[in-house]
This record gives sequence, C-alpha cells and structure tokens, in this order.
Amino acid sequence: MPSHTVADLLRGLAAGDFSSEEITQQYLDAIADRDGQINSFITVTREQALEQARAADNARQRGNAGALCGLPIAHKDIFCTEGVRTSCASKMLDNFIAPYSATVVNNMASAGAVMLGKTNLDEFAMGSSNETSYYGTVRNPWNTDRVPGGSSGGSAAAIAAGLAPAVTGTDTGGSIRQPAALCGLTGLKPTYGRVSRYGMIAFASSLDQAGPMARSAEDCALLLQSMAGFDERDSTSMDVRVDDYAGALDQDLRGLKIGLPKEYFSAGLDPAIGDAVHAALEEYRKMGAETVEISLPHTELAVPCYYVIAPAEASTNLSRFDGVRYGYRCENPTDLDDLYTRSREEGFGEEVKRRILVGTYALSAGFYDAYYRKAQQIRRLIKQDFTDAFKQVDIIAGPTTPNPAFGIGEKVSDPVTMYLEDIYTIAVNLAGLPALSMPVGFAGELPAGMQLIGRDFDEGRLLAAAHQYQQRSDWHLRTAPDCA
Amino acid sequence: MQWEVVIGLEVHVQLTTKSKIFSGASTAFGATPNSQACAVDLALPGTLPVLNEQAVNDAILFGLAIDADICRDSVFERKNYFYPDLPKGYQTSQMDKPIVGHGVVEIRLEDGSTRNIRVHHAHLEEDAGKSLHEDFHGMSGIDLNRAGTPLIEIVSEPDLRSAEEAVAYLRKIHSIVTYLGISDGDMSQGSMRCDANVSVRLKGEEEYGTRAEIKNINSFRFVERAIKVEAQRQIDLIEDGGKVVQETRLYDSDKNETRSMRSKEEANDYRYFPCPDLLPVHIEQSLIDSLQKQMPELPDAKRQRFETEYGLSTYDASLLTAERSIADFFEACSKVAGDAKLAANWVNGELSAALNREGKALKDSPVSAEQLGGLIVRIRDNSISGKIAKQVFEALWNDDGQSADEVIEAKGLKQVSDTGALEAMVDEVIAANPAQVEQFRAADDGKRKKLIGFFVGQIMKASKGQANPGMVNQLLNKKLSD
Repeated sequence: MPSHTVADLLRGLAAGDFSSEEITQQYLDAIADRDGQINSFITVTREQALEQARAADNARQRGNAGALCGLPIAHKDIFCTEGVRTSCASKMLDNFIAPYSATVVNNMASAGAVMLGKTNLDEFAMGSSNETSYYGTVRNPWNTDRVPGGSSGGSAAAIAAGLAPAVTGTDTGGSIRQPAALCGLTGLKPTYGRVSRYGMIAFASSLDQAGPMARSAEDCALLLQSMAGFDERDSTSMDVRVDDYAGALDQDLRGLKIGLPKEYFSAGLDPAIGDAVHAALEEYRKMGAETVEISLPHTELAVPCYYVIAPAEASTNLSRFDGVRYGYRCENPTDLDDLYTRSREEGFGEEVKRRILVGTYALSAGFYDAYYRKAQQIRRLIKQDFTDAFKQVDIIAGPTTPNPAFGIGEKVSDPVTMYLEDIYTIAVNLAGLPALSMPVGFAGELPAGMQLIGRDFDEGRLLAAAHQYQQRSDWHLRTAPDCA
Repeated sequence: MQWEVVIGLEVHVQLTTKSKIFSGASTAFGATPNSQACAVDLALPGTLPVLNEQAVNDAILFGLAIDADICRDSVFERKNYFYPDLPKGYQTSQMDKPIVGHGVVEIRLEDGSTRNIRVHHAHLEEDAGKSLHEDFHGMSGIDLNRAGTPLIEIVSEPDLRSAEEAVAYLRKIHSIVTYLGISDGDMSQGSMRCDANVSVRLKGEEEYGTRAEIKNINSFRFVERAIKVEAQRQIDLIEDGGKVVQETRLYDSDKNETRSMRSKEEANDYRYFPCPDLLPVHIEQSLIDSLQKQMPELPDAKRQRFETEYGLSTYDASLLTAERSIADFFEACSKVAGDAKLAANWVNGELSAALNREGKALKDSPVSAEQLGGLIVRIRDNSISGKIAKQVFEALWNDDGQSADEVIEAKGLKQVSDTGALEAMVDEVIAANPAQVEQFRAADDGKRKKLIGFFVGQIMKASKGQANPGMVNQLLNKKLSD
C-alpha cells in the first residue's frame, strides 16, 4: 500500500480489487502507527473518512463513481473544511472550526475523494522547513533528523511516509515544489488563477496557488483535473478551459526545447543535485528533446523582491486575526488595545510576527516607494525574463532547491539563509507560471528534485514531460527506509 | 477683521444595490444584528471579495452626472486599520485610481446666484459595521449587517465658502444621487453622511488656514450648525492669539459644539496598497456609452425645462426639481390640471405646507398627483373658488373622498354661477338692508367700491362661500345702480 500511486489505487478500486473502506482503514492505521514519529498530520478525521469511504463504495456500486471515487487523500491544514478544525498550524486558529469548505475541498469531494485528515505546515505557510508549526516540527521520512521542507512539509512527509497517496499543497514561494523535492515526490504549482483560492487561508494573495502533491506526474494530472477550474468566488481565478491532463501525458516530446537558465546552475548548488539534474536532462535528450542555455538575468533579485511583496500582503491578510470574531483571544483583556495586542502577540508565532513587521514596514508612509513599489517594478522585470525566455524555449528546467533536506534546527536561527533555500522556486510565483518538481536522484541518502517551469496554463505539457521521464526512471517510486 | 470660511466636504453615499459590494449578502436596512453578514462579511479565513457590477455602474452614472472623467482602469486598495467593526482589519477602498475623476457640481444659493463646486474625485468603497455601546453591560456589541454595503465617497475641492453653501452642495449631491436612483439618500438611516474639512483665513488671504475635519455628520441641519460653530471656534481661537491644530473633531449636536477626537500625530498610517484579491476594474467605452443612454434628466436640465416649457419662475422650478419625486409629482399633477402655474403653486404651497406640518415625505402624501390635478381642474372651470378649493384639499388629505369632484358633490361645495339663483340672493340682500342701499346710492364712485364689499360679504355668507364672486359683483353693481 505505501508505495501505491493514485493511479494504482484508482485502477484497483475500479477493478474491485479492494474497497475504499479497506484502503482508507489501512491508511488510517498507518497514520496511527507511524505518524507519532513524523508528525505530518494535525487532525485525523477517522470516523468521517470511513463514512466517506463507505459512501464512495456505495456510489461506485450504483455506477456513480466520480473521477477520484474512494481515493483517500489529505488536505493541507490551510484549506477550510466544514465542521473540521482548520488551524493553519497556528495557535491563533487552534480553536477554529471552519463553517464552510474551500472550493478545492468541495471539488475533490465531488469527485469522490475521501479525506483522511489535515496535514501539518509552517504556521500560516510561512517557512521552508515546517519548523514553525504550532503543532511541532514535521520530520523527513528519509531521515528523521532532517526537515521535510515547507511550507507543505506535512503534506510531503505524509506521502513519503506512506500515510496518504496524495495530499493537497499550496505554493507561495516554493511551498509545494521544495518539500516535494526534499521528500522525493512530484508536486505541481499550477498557473496563478488555475485553481481557486476560495477557502484557502491567504498568506500572500498575489502569489498563493494550490496544487497537488503525489508520487508521480500521472497522479498529479489526475488530481489537478479535479482541483482546477474557474471559480466565481475567486476574482483572480481564470476562466480558461481545463485541459485533459491525464489524456495528454503521452504527447510527443521530440523537438521539445528545454531552456537551462545559467543562473540556476551556478555556485551554491549542491554538486550531487547538479549531477542528478544533468543526468535527467540527458534522458530528455535521449527522448528527442533539445536543451539550450538561457538566461534569466533578474534571478538574484527574486528573493529580495519576494520578501517585500509576500510579507506586505501577509501583513494585511493576517489583520483579520484580531481576537474579535473567532480564533484565539487573550484572557481578561483590559481594553480594546490590550485585546488586539495580546491576542496577536500570544496567538502568532515568531516567524509570522517577523513577516507581519517586515510587511508593515514595507507599506509604511515614507517607505512604500522604496520597498513595495520598487519590488513591484522588479516583479515585472522577472516576469519579462520568463516571457523573453519562452520565445526561445518550451519549458525551463533546473534544480528545485540548491541543497537537499537540511537538519532540523540548522537554519531556524538564520532566516536569511533559510529564505535562500527558495532561490529557484520564488521567481516562478512572482511570474505566476506553472512549475513542477519531480525526483531525479539522490544527494547521498536524500532525494534531489528537478523543477520544470512552463508557460501560463501549460500544465499539460509539464505533466507530460515529467510523466515520460518517470516512465524511464523509478526515483518517484522509491520509498523512504522503514516506510515500505 | 473680516474672516472667510473655507470648506471641503467628503460625502459618503450608500448605494442601493441589492447585495453588498463584495459579497452576496443583502444590504436591507434594519434587520436583526448580524443576520445579513455572510462568511465574506465576517472576514472568515480564506474568504475572498467579488466586486458587485451594479455598484460599478452606479458610480459611473454618478461620474457622468457631474461631467467627470471615468477612470478606465480603476484600482481597489486596502486601507489598513484595526477596529472591531472592520472585520478584515482593512477597508477595501480606492486611493490612487478612483473610478470617478474631476467633476463639477453647480449649486444655487438663496439669492438665486450660482457657483460651480469642483469635485476632486469620487471612489467606491465598502462601509464598516456598527459598534453598539449600550445594553452590553460595559462591553460593546458589533453588528456587521452594514459591513460591506457599497458606498461612493465624493470628495470636493475646498471650494465652499459658507455653511449655507455647504448645505446647498450637499442638497445638490442628494438631489443628483436620488435622481439617478443610485441611493435612497435617506440621511436618517445613514444612507448619506458627510465629513467636513473646515478652516478660516482672513479675507483676501491666498493661503488656506489649518483645517479641522469634522467627522460623520448625518443631517443637513447639523452640517450647517457644525460648520458654523467650528468656524467660530477657530476664529475665536485665532483672535485670542491661539493656533488651529490639524485634527479630527466630532460634532455634538446636543451641546452644539465640536470636540477633538484625535490629533494629526495620532492619525493612522493607513498603508494603502492595491488589493491583490481584486483585479483592476477595466471599463469599456461601450459600458460608459450605454450608461450615458440610461441617464435620466438631471436636476439642472429639468429646472431649465420647467422654466421654458411651463413658464415657471426659476424659484418655483428650483423648488420643484430639488427632488425627482417632487418633479414627477408636479408633472403628473400639471398634466391632469392643464395649468402648470396653478399646479406649481399648489405643489409648492398647500401640499408642501401640509407635508411639512405632518412631517410626511412626498411618497406618503395622502393626496395623489391625480387628485390634486382634478382639484385644479375645478378651480379653472370656476366650479369652486380658491377658498373652497382649500376645503376640498383638506377633505382629500383626510381621505374624505376619492376625488375633488366627489368631495364637491358630497359636500355640495359647487360654486353657484347660475344667474337666476344669484339674482334671487342679490335681491334678498338688497331688500333686507335698505339703510345700506341708501348709503350706497348716495355715495360717490370712490366710496361705492368700499361699500359694495358689505353686500358681497352678505351674499357669500348666505351662499356658504359658493357664490361666484365675479358674477355677484356684476349683479350687485347693476341692481344697486338701478
């Protein structure tokens, strides 16, 4: 079961090899057995999951099976789920039971998916290591002294540990791709606007995008099919046709032009990861693709630009957590100011407070032009880099992260070093483009990821490119030790 | 010293859209607290705003009505501050690129003169909820029904020079938005509120004085009083050697004074920035064109038409066009009456007085335009005199009949113009008052004019006012001279 892909499970369910209730029970048992060590779940919805599984089995018997009928999945605990605690890994929302479900959650439930529970993340998705969660650090199943990446660290660790075949993630600066890379998985950040953000607790609204995390590109294609689509409740979602992702996985790659940004292969890249990426690119050339060196000249500005825009948006997105209507409220407030100050001081963790302060500063009178406006100008330059590159090439490839999973506690006291771990992923969010990460080997015992970046709404091509590589490799099927 | 008052107004107008500006919740007034606040209005985590198209159309209509440029790509921004009735911790508003640019509003003063007041811009934004400080035992209650109600904030240039001008401007804005049908303009329900920026300077001075902003004034009367009292406060302060400080003040209508709320130093840094949850609002020329076609006749145009088409004075036409409902009432009435001047006199006179006396709005008038028109018809054809007409009006007002004709009939108020009947009455009065007849016959022409009044009075008394006074005069002159 642990190494089963979504595709395997859906085939087995369709063939009647097992019922949804059976496999749901197995995943719930696995969570109960082993998640104590990994800490990938914040909430396990055991009874509800079994109920949904039985309903899925009934639906299938009646010939009424949706695309994901009976498939056990989990949701990152950033998606609102009606009647279930939605914490965003913060003390602030520890007591928050969402009264409605996110569009992504509804879409997947309509397709028949069964929810096992809610997975851990960095508090309010702010982090690259899953060490900032109010519910504790998540451990990387490949080496439990290492981080799983973040912010969708719980989602990645749960799949890598065989506790769920697929989990939703969100990606603001690499939060799907970086943990996917660090845990040996495939994860896709769709084009901004492809998947509804309604019901997904906002970190940085202009950058946030939900996407699937699973073992294979085929799995991601199956999941995205149900997640994607225009949503009239999200003004930034785009009314663009949803392609048949699974149906296009075998599209011909001959003549595909892959751009290799020289800035992504420079100093600072772990040599073992570099080797793994180059070996994968060699496979692509064997499949008939062409690789060309390109330049994304504003790459080095991506991290500073991101760390102005994202905190600026976050600082006001998080203003609603004020202790007035829901969530954490301090005890015995003396007056309104005290209520606000202590509720937020006690309810938010250090990293969240750091970013609120940075963002508030960047938007302040007298600093706005120097920071926020400047960052928006740089953002346009970064987007232009990609637009220019895509005149030459069809997709862009490079390492997902400069290093494999680092040690727990190693970078937590040095936020700037931590932020630089996202150097290859952040520009993609600033440009709004789709990108996926897939496993292409190892750096020592730890997985190494390669990132493929596409044009707007070109998810189908990315998934096909990853799928065909995965037909010739088995990195995505490797399982962490003790998780087999 | 000669002081000049300088005033700029920020007028908040609630739009009468069915649902809120960024959510599907109803905007109806007066519901149970928090019964009209959905997940978006409560700012639950993960919720997102979706712009109400009608609110955009309403704002464009207003812009076109004041001859303003419509911003083709306007942007919503977040205005950040913490307050319990502001659920998101920011108000979604507009700053750099408001939907309506520079415009002009013409105001007419009591003396008949007019002035053009420049509008700096008008922008769309959401209203906040309400904090209720009574009935909660030392705590405050929050009602979010109003949160998210669409507003346009209309910001004038500091072009107003007196409290009276400020009121005239406010009335004109009221008249425009109600003509357009984009707001009910009901100040008692907070549909229109205003902030006044007030400063004073010596007459002839170029530079503006330091201003104080008086927040949230909610009636025409209070606007006038608040500005007057604030201007006087500033003048007194300066004349006593003091200095006006820039601050926000509150008008206390009970004490008729303004009080400091917060100084400039305590003012919020609102950290405006474009709202990433909303795309810029792109407005096509075709939308502007189609809204322009829907534009109803506006107060100024209507006033001019009333003057030329109906031959009314500017004063009467201004009164009649101040509100669209009055103008509509007048036109309906005039059509039935067949005499615009009489209709104008009755609408501005008797009807308006009756409404004022009972504190009623025109829409609640017991006398309809058709009824009043029917009444005027009977004045015109001499069925009743002006005096009797007032009685008929009273009866209609008190619901003592469906139409003027019915009242006249039922009460037997028809004017007596029948020569035979009048002759009999005249003969009777002449016979009963021989001394007066003697006196009349002995008098010269000048005195006769006075003396005849006695006979007319007697006849009117006998006829209960129904005798046709013109005919009575004629008959008397003839008979007494015989």
